[in-house]
Amino acid sequence: MPSTFSQGNFPLNVESIKHTIDQNPEWQLEEQKPLPQKKVTMELLDHLERLALVDFRNWEGVERLEKAIQFADQLHEVNTEGIEPMDSVLEDRCLYLRGDNITEGNCTKELLQNASQTAEEYFEAPPGNIPLPKLEEHESFLQDSN
Amino acid sequence: MAKPDVNPAIQDGGAHGFLSPAAGFRPGVVSRVSTALKEGQVSPTELCQRCLSLIKATKFLNAYITVTEDTALRQAEESEKRYRRGQSLGDLDGIPVAVKDNFSTTGIETTCASNMLKGYIPPYSATVVQKLLDQGAVLIGKTNLDEFAMGSGSTDGIFGPVRNPWSYSKQYREKCGQNSHLENEDSSWLITGGSSGGSAAAVSSFTCFAALGSDTGGSTRNPAAHCGVVGLKPTYGLVSRHGLIPLVNSMDVPGILTRCVDDAATVLGVLAGHDPKDSTTVQDPFNPFKLPSVIDVSKLCIGIPKEYHIPGLSSETLAVWSKAADLFENAGARVIEVSLPHTCYSIVCYHVLCTAEVASNMARFDGLEYGHRSNMDKSTESMYAATRREGFNDVVRGRILSGNYFLLKQNYEKYFIKAQKVRRLIANDFVNVFSSGVDVLLTPTTLRDAVPYVEFIKEDNRTRSAQDDIFTQAANMSGLPAVSIPTALSEKGLPIGLQFVGRAFQELQLLTVAKWFEKQAKFPILQLQEMLDHADALSHQKISLSS
Repeated sequence: MPSTFSQGNFPLNVESIKHTIDQNPEWQLEEQKPLPQKKVTMELLDHLERLALVDFRNWEGVERLEKAIQFADQLHEVNTEGIEPMDSVLEDRCLYLRGDNITEGNCTKELLQNASQTAEEYFEAPPGNIPLPKLEEHESFLQDSN
Repeated sequence: MAKPDVNPAIQDGGAHGFLSPAAGFRPGVVSRVSTALKEGQVSPTELCQRCLSLIKATKFLNAYITVTEDTALRQAEESEKRYRRGQSLGDLDGIPVAVKDNFSTTGIETTCASNMLKGYIPPYSATVVQKLLDQGAVLIGKTNLDEFAMGSGSTDGIFGPVRNPWSYSKQYREKCGQNSHLENEDSSWLITGGSSGGSAAAVSSFTCFAALGSDTGGSTRNPAAHCGVVGLKPTYGLVSRHGLIPLVNSMDVPGILTRCVDDAATVLGVLAGHDPKDSTTVQDPFNPFKLPSVIDVSKLCIGIPKEYHIPGLSSETLAVWSKAADLFENAGARVIEVSLPHTCYSIVCYHVLCTAEVASNMARFDGLEYGHRSNMDKSTESMYAATRREGFNDVVRGRILSGNYFLLKQNYEKYFIKAQKVRRLIANDFVNVFSSGVDVLLTPTTLRDAVPYVEFIKEDNRTRSAQDDIFTQAANMSGLPAVSIPTALSEKGLPIGLQFVGRAFQELQLLTVAKWFEKQAKFPILQLQEMLDHADALSHQKISLSS
């Protein structure tokens, strides 16, 4: 059974809507507009790696960030004067708060069973308050983890 | 297992007679199966076993990460007992469903297709999963996706890419003059779109009757369009996100993938409603609805956003979109051009907001309480860093880093707050259009039909997402409900979908319009047999190669 939209079935009588959809395309999907290249310093990269606790791994990662910034810079073309930022589409509603009653709990076993290292009822972590090494020392430090 | 006698309900043109090609358009597949179950024409166990064997036969699609064979059969048996007692729980009782692997499922591995969660077994189920199970649905498996739902191809997960079932369809192979050179076919298979590609492929290839996806920028609607199934993104706040491993808290929504609009309404009826465990669900009472069978669109006003006509749109999709507008007008609806002026900034805005929220959401993965943990133990910080380095792929790491950049003190106002302001402008565009008398918007879902995998991977994930999300993600920004309906086959014999966007919480109206359109479009059924033959041939080839 031929579908309504099977090839060659179009009546091509789209007069009424032709002007709507057949107009020249409105705008271009442009990836990179020619904006001044953002300077991403080594200091910034190190800072981001510490904050994110994720590393760029190689220069490809850095390039990816630079492209992402360039892409995001297009936002500055938009006039947002007098516009409030929008956190949530449900901003006009009251956030639901339930009564302060205990409805669940006592699941220590379940919560601990997914952790790789536990001791009694604790999640075990390596010593804290030791900052990540400086950028120059990165390579040797992270190699140990592979 | 003894082959059952040819059962009129399960014969003719495929594994399930409910898809008889002669029927063309089949309203309410789930309700028909449900009737068949009630009348004893088929049993839940039989149905379950058929789906399981079809999953095995279509393994090459790589749609499933986990197939929950034992639990599914157990659930099917329970369902059978209920039917025998005449106490079925509802339309979904005994119906095999699949769930995207970023929804937590008690006792069943939930990976998000990432090394970070490989082997992670949640101690609880997502609310939407529990609701399906409470209705007696049979959970047949967890489906494949892009890692942490980041992507538009379902190609970037650790379990490999998902193949579009239409790659093996009679329709595609005839149009592309495919012969049985298996090597050629094997390298020219098409993507499903993403990130809920596994769920879309599962529904499309008849291995389940409905599947859950997630939709943050179009991740349910995009693969729905490419796989020729219905993909619904409900209004933000209508369906609980509790248990959906979050990507962007202010935009994520569980998505519903089915073979027809009636089924989407059925599943929505089960899932929607306030959840005390998700404070972003609205408290308004939700009344499940059944869509009318007789629909009159003559009083409707359909809006065609002019900014959605962009150069990258394929001429075929443009023609289909145009023809759809005609259909409505010929039926008496008022079809008008509307403007969403900030459309061209929505991708950029999404890019900033998404990466910022991702940076925050991914912070929970540190190796301590669950998931992958690195052997590095010099310090907590270094353990976290190494764990995240080992657990996340480049796409995820890239978004985390970008997000953190936009959230830096010196950038917060310039990028994050700015993007939030632009978001309001985009949301207001929709408010303006809908308050001017438009009931529903009609747009394409994707730029074109599905592309071959080898072509898709030539561009990186971010570029692809920026291109592919273009029609879908404004609905996430504004929180509005949207649905992709399979409309026509392209010249290559591949599905083209069109999208309807509705007013907030007006899913009844949206789906009614979609159902009317679905009836008019009469989208053809995927011709399954070829795919099974291919699978047969593949396995024979493997046997001969190994001997």
